[in-house]
Amino acid sequence: MSNEINITINGRELKAREQQTILGVARSNDIYIPTLCFLKGLSGVGACRLCLVEIEGVPRLLPACVTKVTEGMVVTTESPKLKEYRRMILELLLAERNHVCAFCVVSGNCELQDLAQQLGVTYVRYPYRFPKYKVDATHDRFLYDPNRCVLCTRCMRACEEVEGARTWNVRGRGIRSFMITDLNQDWGDSPTCTTCGKCVEACPTGALAVKGRATGEMKRKKNVLSQLSSMRDRGR
Amino acid sequence: MSKTITIDPVTRIEGHSKITLYLNDEGEVNDARFHVTQFRGFEKFTEGRPFYEMPAITARICGICPISHLLASAKACDALLAVSIPPAAERLRRILHMGQTIQSHALSFFHLSAPDLLLGMDADPARRHVLGLAEAHPEIAREGVWLRMFGQQIIEWLAGRRVHPSWAVPGGVGSPLTEEVRDRILEMVPRGLDIAQRALDLFRGVLGEFDKEIETFANFPSLFVSLVTPKGELELYDGVLRVVDADRKLVDDGLDPAGYADHLGEAVEPWSYLKMPYYKPIGYPDGLYRVGPLARLNTADRCGTPLADAALEEFRKLADGAVLSSFYFHYARLIEILFALERLRELLEHPDILSDRVRAVAEPNAEEGVGVAEAPRGTLIHHYRINDEGLISWANLIIATGHNNMAMNRGILQAAKEFVHGDRIQEGALNRVEAVIRCYDPCLSCSTHALGQMAIRLELMDHEGNVLDERMRE
Repeated sequence: MSNEINITINGRELKAREQQTILGVARSNDIYIPTLCFLKGLSGVGACRLCLVEIEGVPRLLPACVTKVTEGMVVTTESPKLKEYRRMILELLLAERNHVCAFCVVSGNCELQDLAQQLGVTYVRYPYRFPKYKVDATHDRFLYDPNRCVLCTRCMRACEEVEGARTWNVRGRGIRSFMITDLNQDWGDSPTCTTCGKCVEACPTGALAVKGRATGEMKRKKNVLSQLSSMRDRGR
Repeated sequence: MSKTITIDPVTRIEGHSKITLYLNDEGEVNDARFHVTQFRGFEKFTEGRPFYEMPAITARICGICPISHLLASAKACDALLAVSIPPAAERLRRILHMGQTIQSHALSFFHLSAPDLLLGMDADPARRHVLGLAEAHPEIAREGVWLRMFGQQIIEWLAGRRVHPSWAVPGGVGSPLTEEVRDRILEMVPRGLDIAQRALDLFRGVLGEFDKEIETFANFPSLFVSLVTPKGELELYDGVLRVVDADRKLVDDGLDPAGYADHLGEAVEPWSYLKMPYYKPIGYPDGLYRVGPLARLNTADRCGTPLADAALEEFRKLADGAVLSSFYFHYARLIEILFALERLRELLEHPDILSDRVRAVAEPNAEEGVGVAEAPRGTLIHHYRINDEGLISWANLIIATGHNNMAMNRGILQAAKEFVHGDRIQEGALNRVEAVIRCYDPCLSCSTHALGQMAIRLELMDHEGNVLDERMRE
């Protein structure tokens, strides 16, 4: 049994367990911190930086999804600075690829769209890059549209950690990073994909979707992956 | 020395355009060109997208008649799936389209054209708009606004939102109709019919004041093209293509819309982004034809609903053959509002209309699909090809305003010859030349799939290209 420790979030004194992340403690106490790359049931990677928080005595901002709590930690999850950074991150994401909600299958059910609305992203200050990415429609049931990908790697982690297939990978570095299937081959030709659809459930945007769904028709089952993971843990 | 007049921008139309009038040595109008100054590129940038995104993408072509695009596109996608959609889904799509027709025609008549018709072509331009109309004839303005609201409301109740819904999907529609919505719409139909009847009476009452406009507003023999039902009745959603001549004699009938390309060609002129469709058997440019409300009433044998048919009987008395003056587009639009309201009621009263079976599910089974519907402004054609993965490899869109391009050009020449004299443009003349364009209620943004910042400019130019006079509205 891990030891109980005391931390303060937004002035509230809270009990937490060792090894818990700031995000975990915040969520169990109904304190909202925006996230995008985090998905309950998958390991945390701190990739999107939307969950950055201020910690007293620490000169830089830290991601709540991978930062463990320590005794006496004083955390602030909401401040003008954090809001501005989070907004900026979303604007950069929106400028990086072709995120057009108008005809997207998940419009109305999209985490990126929800966050943009929540954080008041009514315009983007950066020039759009308008990259030209080919849609991969080679899979029988699913579609991969890299134009809508935010590189959160949730698909990759779901595939590896829950399904165990390791079909999804990242190619390249920095702005050239790109989600690929197997050795950068068409998804339809993947020798490892089991067509389980967990990556599609894990995706926060319309990048991975069930084929044939019209605009706004793609709705994901909430918490399906976290339920799967916890059932498996229990079985072990 | 010949000269040129430019009208730029043309006002109270949807989209951006300018008109150039070329004068001869005697200062009389020699030629006229209607330039559409915007370009959008939908046919190109949809390449590589999954076909089932097309209804939502192409609905974005237009904010006035997104439903027409949505439906033509969904029909093209049905053809790609190679399915017959459930009968209730087809009826629901038709109801949606009636809402579209009512709201768009109400916008064109009451908001855009009634200021000319009821305040006068020469009225002060600062007051010759829908707000001026509301001041002079508050009841008419109110009714016009109500009728448009009704059409928009039907769309919202069925499809979830007024502009750019994505409810029509490949294989049918997204959700069935509820009893509550059906009853709410049905309750509103009688008031709509009252308003439409009154507008028709009003229009007939003022017709006598517009003899000169009727005579010269694109009043020339031409072919007319539209969909009709297989029985030859007025049709807005499906059916077969029919071509009639100026005498209303059948030139072609029962044409499968999917084979449109065998009958209609598209020519390109360097001075406009809008292509020039023509009737192939006659060739370019003599194969000029018109589409839209006037064309539909000329091609159809009858409307198929009692009130609209009674109005059509009166309409037929205007001419021995086809009604030729484009001024009568307004008249035809009002008759079509009546028709749409009557059809709407029939469709809503169908016993199967609340059925849950509203969608056929399939994978793409054909590599090419054509969807044709009668948009408020005329025949709308969506034609797609897909690759083995279901991604669009080629798209062709012919929008109603495109079909009327040659007719609009000839129409402004005719009106300009009548109303423009000398090298200066009088306000009344400017408005009349614009009003010719307004008869067609063109949707330029749609027809060019398009990009631009102007609304119409009238330019007066000599034969060396020197601009002598220019009229522009801010």
